Amino acid sequence: MKCRVCRQPAVIDIRRHNANFCIDHLVRHCRQQVERAIDEFKMFGPDDRLLVAVSGGKDSLAAWDLLNDLGYEADGLYVGLGIGEYSDASLHHARTFAQQRELKLNEVDLVSEHGFGVREAATATGRVPCSACGLAKRHIFDAATVAGNYDAIVTGHNLDDEAAVLYGNTLRWNVDYLGRQRPVLPATNGFPRKVKPLVRMGEREMAAYCVVKGIDYLVDECPMAVGNSHIGYKEALNRLEAESPGTKAAFYFGFLKNAVDRFDTRIETDEMQRCSSCGAPSTNDVCAFCRLEHRVTSAATLASPQPVAISTPANETTNGSS
Amino acid sequence: MEIRLRDPERNLTVKGPMSITKLLRSLDLNRESVLVIRDSTLVPGDAVLADDDVVEIRPVISGGSR
Repeated sequence: MKCRVCRQPAVIDIRRHNANFCIDHLVRHCRQQVERAIDEFKMFGPDDRLLVAVSGGKDSLAAWDLLNDLGYEADGLYVGLGIGEYSDASLHHARTFAQQRELKLNEVDLVSEHGFGVREAATATGRVPCSACGLAKRHIFDAATVAGNYDAIVTGHNLDDEAAVLYGNTLRWNVDYLGRQRPVLPATNGFPRKVKPLVRMGEREMAAYCVVKGIDYLVDECPMAVGNSHIGYKEALNRLEAESPGTKAAFYFGFLKNAVDRFDTRIETDEMQRCSSCGAPSTNDVCAFCRLEHRVTSAATLASPQPVAISTPANETTNGSS
Repeated sequence: MEIRLRDPERNLTVKGPMSITKLLRSLDLNRESVLVIRDSTLVPGDAVLADDDVVEIRPVISGGSR
């Protein structure tokens, strides 16, 4: 197998592009695809300050690496989610990456700063952990981006992520979500600009990029996510992709070209207000994150042992009551 | 050859030589969902693994909250 560009031995085949690449040209391919996405979707400019949400996994670290290699000013943001050893390991990978490259990593810890972790949130709400996790991360990403005066928050969502979300939302016709599934969401109503520069990159390409660049990422899957529907959708799409390379790209980019505008349900400015608890933009008096925080911490207070007075035996009461 | 698999972590011994394609098929793994790594280097799909090779088959699918 030869590299399509230089005819030297290739290390990976990318069937969607009908191409094989050596290490150097795989890296070049990844940079070109990210540059193309940034340009095609007008994500940000060369002078913008970016905040990259990093989990310690392959996609977020690759996104941070690529943006820095391309010359962008990009700091990192790590959110500790209170998932025990998994969170410890993910923080280690994020910190190590930042230290090796002398990059700035901002850290927010959900447990110490808000009094709960994803496990407790899932228990208190009776919903899947990924639901509370996503809500908490979006809230913290938005708040940190605004507070740090960054021009955009960058996430490491890749083509496989977007195709799988689209697949799930289409199967259930979640039209509100379909209208928001874009590679760029502009800053509006107090929310920061959100961008996904890896949308032209497959998940396998991102993992390969990390291997050839020596990026030590957390390989293990989040224990809270194992077996969730999102992973099931990815597996289903990969079976289609194996039979017909290019299916995921055609599905996702065809949606962006032909359908996403039909589902646009962006909320008008006058419908937004400020959360009375944290000040974040919200359609309700209290934002969804603060409602979650209140629910989880209230449940924890109720569930935890409370100090009680030792009751006096009835025959020893002094006032005659029992 | 020694095969290291992840999620869950486990090791297998498979008789070589064997092509990557045949190995993945025998393990019922989709080539779109994994990378094969030998000595910290990617192994291309048309490679043949020797009986004394030690390789990792690394899943690339991830996904929790979006």
